[in-house]
Amino acid sequence: MSILVNKDTKLVVQGITGRDGKFHTGKMKAYGTNVVAGVSPGKEGETLDGIPVFNSVAHAVKATGANTSIIFVPAAFAADAILEASEAGIKLVIAISEGVPIQDMIRVTPILKINGTLLIGPNCPGLITPGESLVGILPAMIFKEGNIGFISRSGTLTYEVVNLLSLNDFGQTTCVGIGGDPVAGLYFIDLLEMFENDPDTVAVVLIGEIGGDAEEQAAQFIAEKMTKPVVAFIAGQTAPPGKRMGHAGAIISSGAGTAAEKIAAFNKAGVPVAKEPSEIPVLLRAKLNGQIQ
Amino acid sequence: MKIHEYQARQIFRDYGIPVPNGVLCYTVYEVEKAAQEMNRMVVVKAQVLAGGRGKAGGVKLARSAEEARNAAKQILGMDIKGLTVEKVLVTDAVDIDKEFYVGLINDRNSKSVTLMVSAEGGVEIEEVAKNNPEKIIKFSINPLTGLLDYQARNVALELFGNIKLAQKAASIFTKLYKLYIETDSTLAEINPLVLTTGNEILAIDGKMNFDDNALFRQPKILAMREPDEEELQEIAANEKGLAYIKLDGNIGCMVNGAGLAMATMDMIKLYGGSPANFLDIGGSSNPQKVIDAMNILLSDKNVKAVMINIFGGITRCDDVAKGLIKALEIIMTDVPIVVRLSGTNAEEGLELLKQTGLPTVSSMSEAAKMAIELSKR
Repeated sequence: MSILVNKDTKLVVQGITGRDGKFHTGKMKAYGTNVVAGVSPGKEGETLDGIPVFNSVAHAVKATGANTSIIFVPAAFAADAILEASEAGIKLVIAISEGVPIQDMIRVTPILKINGTLLIGPNCPGLITPGESLVGILPAMIFKEGNIGFISRSGTLTYEVVNLLSLNDFGQTTCVGIGGDPVAGLYFIDLLEMFENDPDTVAVVLIGEIGGDAEEQAAQFIAEKMTKPVVAFIAGQTAPPGKRMGHAGAIISSGAGTAAEKIAAFNKAGVPVAKEPSEIPVLLRAKLNGQIQ
Repeated sequence: MKIHEYQARQIFRDYGIPVPNGVLCYTVYEVEKAAQEMNRMVVVKAQVLAGGRGKAGGVKLARSAEEARNAAKQILGMDIKGLTVEKVLVTDAVDIDKEFYVGLINDRNSKSVTLMVSAEGGVEIEEVAKNNPEKIIKFSINPLTGLLDYQARNVALELFGNIKLAQKAASIFTKLYKLYIETDSTLAEINPLVLTTGNEILAIDGKMNFDDNALFRQPKILAMREPDEEELQEIAANEKGLAYIKLDGNIGCMVNGAGLAMATMDMIKLYGGSPANFLDIGGSSNPQKVIDAMNILLSDKNVKAVMINIFGGITRCDDVAKGLIKALEIIMTDVPIVVRLSGTNAEEGLELLKQTGLPTVSSMSEAAKMAIELSKR
């Protein structure tokens, strides 16, 4: 088992003929992801890597039964692409595009809710269920099948930590990069709940960072609702206030959203917080062996 | 992106929100002249991109042109939170009966624009939120309908308790929402919104921030940008596809990815060092980017050692190594550099770097320890 993507995922790539779209479609296909269609207006009838290209998501869905979409279009057009997928009946949309205006995401949110579409991202590396399906730009070789759930706001920090987990024999059920934007789709609590309900996941690693209070909410959710152990890491302890640290959402504003507050919230909820990435597998092992409560 | 009060007031005015008259001045002479022409009690206000101007002595009431001149003498050139005051706004002083707070923000949790109002105006809203959260009224706006008239009126009625005043204030709220959406704002604050003794409602001070991701479609807002030296550096780095923020320490870092870059800074601190910067070179391993990044890093004279931390995913470590070799051919430096390469093609990358004689390691913590050690030599 896993969450969100698996062998039944039938993927349509929006922006398949762009540089990134083309490159990562190849990578996903090579991993074994069932990429059934691509969308690029004006290029219907062409094929790319043997994958049929359509003018619209609706056409792609009708012809191939695609149920998941990944978006590589430029940021200015990302909201439109998300809505197109949603209106075409796609139930899970992964938006890789970086730099999407916040108001675009705010406008998209209620429509996705009405249509029952789940969104991951934007500005995210996507997700992977090792051995089954890669939907994103994550480097496949570091992941390993196993029973740890993984959620992160960051890209390369995810790779760093997942690599450490795999080297320490902690394979993963599903790893989800939720992205670095302030207004995004599925977030910590949604995914913690999915992992709690996934019979194969035995523990969860959560990578947070400065900005907002999603980690504090996650801590509260873990304390109240979760039976499975969670280990966390928070990036940005040395980040100065008022500065955006690369990610649009990684900013300490008016003194709120600091790493110290988030770490305190996790500690209070009984979630051990690693001091550095290499401590994560150590804490995870201790937690699973019942050495720490 | 932030703008000055005088710029926010101009936007308010463009959207029909009443603001007192004001003149922007750069010299003491201009201030005196403006006060003379206004011929009434005025307020001289420092224009810097920082909060707490009043507390710092950057806002002064003047009863005459002479007092205005004296105020300008004190304020122009003064330092507020590290920023030098280069211009002041001279505005009509108004007789205030009551002060209120009105603000719009993007709320991450409700994923909507939230209207916040409070009868505790004129003080920082963060203080109110901390000490008297019950004194803030919050209203989440449905993005599909926008802020409707009756909603604005009901919130205003709760605040003013008088329908006549509430109607006046509601019209300000809806105008503020309109400009917030149309300018891709991330914060639009009127603080204070005042009720004058003559029963007028006026926006006395304004603060606005904008979404950097939306500046591509906001040419008018972009034209208002007045970056300070530090921000100029950040913007220049941005144009080269890098995210750079200068810090106070002495260990320069170059990292791929924002989260990993933050974790790298944290690790340097954890092992007793102090990071000189945040620098994310992003996903591409274009050699030019590595050269640009090295140039920026080494332009900071505090840097005593450099830690390069690359986890290759889509980025290939051998590409980064090639970029680095090229960079080091062009840039002459005796600052010690530690390179950590891991992930995609790390072995090939490390092999390539052998010719440079740079110390290479495979874990982040080793790299941090070594960089700290080298910075002490």
